[in-house]
Amino acid sequence: MKQNGTELGYNSKVEGDVVVTKADAVINWVRSHSVWPMPMGLACCAIELMGASASRFDIARFGMEVMRFSPRQSDCMIVAGTVTYKMAPAVRRIYDQMAEPKWVVAMGACASTGGMYRSYATMQGVDHVVPVDVYISGCPPRPEALLDGMMRLQEKIRTEHSSRELLGGREEQMKLRA
Amino acid sequence: MSAGEGVDSGPATGTGELLDSLGPRFEGLEPRPTTDHPATRCRAEFIRPLLKTLRDEYGYLMLMDVTAVDWDEESPRFTVFYHLLNPKTAQYARVSVDCLDDDEPEVPSVVSLFAAAEWHERETYDMFGIRFTDHPDLRRILMWDGYPYFPLRKEFPLAGIETELPDSEVGEATEAKVLPAPMMGGPFVAQSGQPMSASEPRGRDESWTEHHHRPEDFDALEGPEQPETLEDRSGDKPRIED
Repeated sequence: MKQNGTELGYNSKVEGDVVVTKADAVINWVRSHSVWPMPMGLACCAIELMGASASRFDIARFGMEVMRFSPRQSDCMIVAGTVTYKMAPAVRRIYDQMAEPKWVVAMGACASTGGMYRSYATMQGVDHVVPVDVYISGCPPRPEALLDGMMRLQEKIRTEHSSRELLGGREEQMKLRA
Repeated sequence: MSAGEGVDSGPATGTGELLDSLGPRFEGLEPRPTTDHPATRCRAEFIRPLLKTLRDEYGYLMLMDVTAVDWDEESPRFTVFYHLLNPKTAQYARVSVDCLDDDEPEVPSVVSLFAAAEWHERETYDMFGIRFTDHPDLRRILMWDGYPYFPLRKEFPLAGIETELPDSEVGEATEAKVLPAPMMGGPFVAQSGQPMSASEPRGRDESWTEHHHRPEDFDALEGPEQPETLEDRSGDKPRIED
């Protein structure tokens, strides 16, 4: 790539067919650009989630257009909506069925804190049952806010110690997780 | 406009007329004070024949709603309400039944007359704990099976009561529980009789949060220790005349 007469980035003439990098960088690069979301749509936030995946906001720009309704095929659960106590165990079970590595985004006020539902029926934040990576404010959040949250999730994925988690022993994995 | 006025509806439909023609047929039928639709109080044993008569002879074909009221200290404590609609005349009728037993309220189910009653009665059972005898499938409908309380009873706090999650496995794995919601000065109620800018729903006292709990003996506290309430504050503000 030529820019103002200076060569930047990978130069095949100098480096040949070899790219030197870190395993973490490669794994995280792959993971962060193919996040397959599992739309856990529980209330009106799910409408904005649909908006984010349609052409105007186009979540496909980030490699996240592959919404999978099977937890087996997805690696990021987007909890979009009010989590009632009746629903919470189902959310947890679906999370348990997702294959590692997996992430959770709490979309909107209800999923993050219970939102305006301060009552006997509503769980005050889905983080009581699943570990949440990104919280998105809003009621409901605009699709841009969801995209921003997903970009922050990508940033978070890029900082993970993926190779150690993949190659390290079970004990080390648990240590990293804790 | 009084109920039934100016509507040609075949047999009698106004409060008085409805009662006049039904009164002799059902013992203990008495009018209820009402501001809108004909309303009548009925004994539990007559609810099924009464609704059947209203449906078959007076054209009240639709059961719009079944719900209940908890009168708290009074006895009878629970009253079940039925709202019926005559779709030809667009007339509503309200029938109420007092539950004789305050501790284990019970009313005959009307599912055999109106299929629509099935979920309404399940909801009423779920929220108030009123049993509908001969209901084909009287389970909870909103809360989960095994939930130990009836949330719309007067003694039940809005925030809820601590209990276990519906799924004990998940409960053990996550150590999550059903916990009372932090009220943050709520419940958030609209203030009536004020300009719209001041009448939005808000906590009556916003001085406690998740981190600053409401003192146990708050009601007993007096003097400067007691945080000012919304009513006190609204007195200082210049009132906007509307």
